[in-house]
Amino acid sequence: MTDTAIHARNLTKRFGALAAVNAVDLDVPRACVYGFLGPNGSGKSTTIRMLCGLLTPTEGDIEVLGLRIPQQAEALKRRIGYMTQKFSLFDDLSVRQNLEFLATVQGLSQRAGKARVDDLLRWYRLDDRQQQLAGTLSGGQKQRLALAGAIVHEPELLFLDEPTSAVDPESRRDFWEKLFDLADDGTTILVSTHYMDEAERCHRLAILDTGNLVADGTPAELTAKLQGRTYLVRASSPRQAKDTLASHPDVLSVAQIGNELRVLTRGSNADADALRGCLDGTNVTAEVTSVEPNLEDVFVVATHGQARREEQLA
Amino acid sequence: MNLRRLWAIMIKELRQLRRDCVTLAMIMGMPVLQLMLFGYAINLNLRHLPAAVVDQAQTSGSRAAVQDLLASGVIELRASAQSPQQLIDLLRQGRISVGIAVPPDFERRRMDGRESIQVMVDGSDNVVQAAAVQLAQYPLNQPDNFHAQTEQPISVVSFYNPERRSPVNIVPGLVGVILTMTMVLFTAVAIVRETERGNLELLITTPVSRTELMIGKVLPYAAIGLVQTSVVLLLGVWLFRVPIRGGLWDVYMASSLLILANLSLGLLISTRAKSQFQAMQMTFFVFLPSILLSGFMFPFDGMPRPAQWIAELLPLTHFMRLIRGIMLRGADMTDLLPDSLALAAFIVIMLTLAIRLFHKRLD
Repeated sequence: MTDTAIHARNLTKRFGALAAVNAVDLDVPRACVYGFLGPNGSGKSTTIRMLCGLLTPTEGDIEVLGLRIPQQAEALKRRIGYMTQKFSLFDDLSVRQNLEFLATVQGLSQRAGKARVDDLLRWYRLDDRQQQLAGTLSGGQKQRLALAGAIVHEPELLFLDEPTSAVDPESRRDFWEKLFDLADDGTTILVSTHYMDEAERCHRLAILDTGNLVADGTPAELTAKLQGRTYLVRASSPRQAKDTLASHPDVLSVAQIGNELRVLTRGSNADADALRGCLDGTNVTAEVTSVEPNLEDVFVVATHGQARREEQLA
Repeated sequence: MNLRRLWAIMIKELRQLRRDCVTLAMIMGMPVLQLMLFGYAINLNLRHLPAAVVDQAQTSGSRAAVQDLLASGVIELRASAQSPQQLIDLLRQGRISVGIAVPPDFERRRMDGRESIQVMVDGSDNVVQAAAVQLAQYPLNQPDNFHAQTEQPISVVSFYNPERRSPVNIVPGLVGVILTMTMVLFTAVAIVRETERGNLELLITTPVSRTELMIGKVLPYAAIGLVQTSVVLLLGVWLFRVPIRGGLWDVYMASSLLILANLSLGLLISTRAKSQFQAMQMTFFVFLPSILLSGFMFPFDGMPRPAQWIAELLPLTHFMRLIRGIMLRGADMTDLLPDSLALAAFIVIMLTLAIRLFHKRLD
């Protein structure tokens, strides 16, 4: 048993001329919550599906839990859980019927299956809804049911494709608590998201942009690389200051947060003095302080090509 | 193949079906509705055709001849006309199907032995036309024997359906038509529906095998097919006095073969179709030739060769021979071995293809 749950090299998937995933290298350690961060269409779902053996890669080698994928995908399916982006349990079966079906299909005996379903219903607070049809549950309840369904057979590795995209912040926090419980018990979890606060919670993180892996590491490692490149600007007229700063060649992005501007520079040569100097030419009075970089800054740097494009369009 | 997993799939299918009121209603309603439609409405022995008469002779002989025709019951007087031209108008307007014209020189034509009455027919309907031809051969009750030459020198004896009642001919075939209509459709949408609802991505990430999935989807519907068969048979015997001369076991064996053949075909469609709508179109693509070529509507032997070849590929054709043989002629499955084997082969081929063509992958 190695320490690596997922090992992929040069993973590529092309749909016609479009490369949905392009030469991605990936190493996911065991018992870790590994995040896939990326905008819509960045190849997160396609990568997860290739790792599960649902899609055949155009190129590249995959090894998951010591099995070669897609050749040994059937053997892998007994050891993984997969929570799809869209709710994929049966709307017209009750909560209990859904879980019992999955328990039987995953090979649990009748007695073990029943006990497991009872436990899951209790843990995920669905026991008072067990006779209700899955299709009539709320977003948060559906999501808990889907997670329960994905771990019926206590898989070693859990894939979650944007599990929290349809639920409120309260349910999201609750959901992540459940994930950490699972990771604590030794389950490896690969979760895709486009929420920064969720990415921040992961042990390790990979940032995907238009099919390319543009950064990976722990959240701390990733933010440390941006040390000295992030500044906070308090200006008398933020909109005007924003326009001025954005035209500076060394400034990568300027985002307004309330009355303050968060400025991300291209390198450490554009320091606080340079920014002040840039604003001195105008009639704006400004106060510039250095701040700690966060994951959003990492994300902007990693995907700035696309961010720029969207900015121009906007 | 793991029997517990197979069982889980079957139970799941039945539970989902129980919630699907429309499909449930169709399962029971379709056999009843079809049986009523075909049994009562489709009647190839025509009676009460709307007719009009112009008697320009007005002799006692002509009046008696017209009365004889009306007494046959095939036609019924619905409109009156003064001239043959008016008859033609009524025909064109569709108000009558048959017009009877007695010319002014009826008596003289009768003496000469020439045609003395003209029957005009709406030829746009073949069946009506045939009925009129029958009418023209009706022996008129005349003192002299002017119609003697039309008395039939050949007598026809009908075996198995001496009263020539349509339901006797139609009900056994109807079992096949209903099973083809419903069974193919049920499984044709079975897998596409899971794809459309997103359930398939979940199912193919579990250890469920292709065979378990396919067989688990077929078997619940096979049971439903047998229920439908029983409904049609019961109503057929009860309402239309259709005989079951062969063994009941043979009837159910033949029906089971057709049910499985249709379900396998449906599964094959389901693995190819991209949407439920496409699956339905493909189902109709099979259904229409089945109705037309299987011998249900038109006799198989009367069809041109290429049509017969196509018909041999359709499960319904073989079932039609089996079920008519068993129910009406008292044959058993061994008497009709080639057709039984053809159906069995069809099942094996279709099911194998369906399992082969289904992949537990998304690409």
